[in-house]
Amino acid sequence: MNPEEIYKTLSDKFGGAILGYDTELAGDPNIQIAPTAIADVCQFLAETDTLAFDSLMCLSGVDLGVKEEDLSIVYHLYGMQHRHTVVLKTSVPKTDAHLPTVSHIWKTADWHEREAYDLYGILFEGHTDLRRILLPDDWEGYPLRKDYQEPDFYRGMRVPY
Amino acid sequence: MESTQQTESKIIELKPFTDEMIVNMGPQHPSTHGVLRLELRLDGEIVREAIPHIGYLHRCFEKHSENLSYPQIIPFTDRMDYVAAMNQNWGFCLAVEKLLEADETKDFEVPERAEYLRVLICELNRIASHLLSFGTYGMDIGAFTPFLYAFRDRERLLLLFEKVCGARLTYNYIRIGGVSEIIPLEPGSIAEQNYLDEIEGFLDYFEPKIDEYNDLLTSNSIFSERTMRVAVMSEEMALSYGATGPNLRGSGVDWDLRRDEPYSIYDRFDYDIPVAKDIPELGAVLGDCWSRYKIRMDEMKESVKIVRQILAEGLPDGPVMADLKAVRPPAGEIYFRSEAPRGELGFYIVSDGTPKPVRVKGRSPCFSALSALQELSRGLMVADIIAIIGSIDIVMGEVDR
Repeated sequence: MNPEEIYKTLSDKFGGAILGYDTELAGDPNIQIAPTAIADVCQFLAETDTLAFDSLMCLSGVDLGVKEEDLSIVYHLYGMQHRHTVVLKTSVPKTDAHLPTVSHIWKTADWHEREAYDLYGILFEGHTDLRRILLPDDWEGYPLRKDYQEPDFYRGMRVPY
Repeated sequence: MESTQQTESKIIELKPFTDEMIVNMGPQHPSTHGVLRLELRLDGEIVREAIPHIGYLHRCFEKHSENLSYPQIIPFTDRMDYVAAMNQNWGFCLAVEKLLEADETKDFEVPERAEYLRVLICELNRIASHLLSFGTYGMDIGAFTPFLYAFRDRERLLLLFEKVCGARLTYNYIRIGGVSEIIPLEPGSIAEQNYLDEIEGFLDYFEPKIDEYNDLLTSNSIFSERTMRVAVMSEEMALSYGATGPNLRGSGVDWDLRRDEPYSIYDRFDYDIPVAKDIPELGAVLGDCWSRYKIRMDEMKESVKIVRQILAEGLPDGPVMADLKAVRPPAGEIYFRSEAPRGELGFYIVSDGTPKPVRVKGRSPCFSALSALQELSRGLMVADIIAIIGSIDIVMGEVDR
């Protein structure tokens, strides 16, 4: 199935939770989804036989700029059986960034979500082990946010060099 | 097992489990391939839980990328998987090129000669990477000799890379739109002929060596005992954890991006994709450590095949760099994946039309494969942990980025 057909299937099934289909910009088209519905949509994509998206290639947080109020979370899915791909996108407000986890659907999401939490401060509800993964546990702030200010010192060591 | 209940009071109650002990393995442990720390919850020799702690080699690749122009990011990709840096360069360049192609106002194409050079060099780099994997795996398990042999042969490959880009480890050779011209390789020149002859010389020397290494390590009974039937990764598990490349093929999934989603000029060559299966007469089970290891040994032969085809055809004439004034992709986003020696290397790039990207995410094959370690190692022995880490073939530079 191509992304447009998948978009239609999802719209029929989930209605208002599917916010749009974006083909305007160059590159991959993406389907926009309300953050609260993301786990249900992913479950549907993974378990329906005609879709069968059995692998999550990549899960990334995106911050488009200081002036933006939202953070995006992008899911790149691939179905090995039908050999098709789809890009899902959802956004959550920076001040209250939380959305349901998909780590129970694809196990690889466990670490990818931890990384998004670590670098963007996105909370994945229902994740069993959400803690920092790349940075030390006592690091403050979320470095990949565009408004991040690096600390002067970390445990007495100068950070900017 | 539950502790056995005895009715007679004089028999001491048997408690098969000792107290659990927490042991830190790493970060500086020779078998963890870099700086990986494992928090082992042990019951005697049995691993109840192995929790990986990563991030010791985190160098903020993604944060750096947001402040650099596209060509400036390429050297940073070298430092991700430093064992197969050519492939990392290529993966990133392919993603940027894909985004550049989406801009219909500009005509842009990677020259034929550059494509051939890229495949040639990257397949040699795949051999170098698998050689290192094979050598260090042997050493982890306790065989020191294969390590010396592997490094001896890898050295010849590094010299070949040095001749084409001047560096032995971090090449920065593949550029957006072609390959580097720092050391010119004029079409039809004696230098080019000598270089190709040297590669051919290496292949003639190396091809029989693969069989020798198989005799030395693959069929070695001590090595087999340590790796066969250990940590079996099922097909479902491999897919769910996002294991790719040799790890996925080691679980019996016939999948290779070079063949199934052909990029560059891979569709012009004839090669096989080794896929693991049960080998009852040897004792290997589909998805065990040995299967994953064997895939790499077989892949080296396939890479030799591809390189030989290029040598037989000869490099086409023409420039090695596309006519590209500035790298300024249109606003948009792309996720592009290529087959690196360790699996699916993806780059997710968000561009706003300026010379610097808004977001670059490196989807590392090792990162995903390593996340399966916790489940793979449950209930095995401590010594098996070493066998698993070696078999999933991680490079921490790429895990931590």
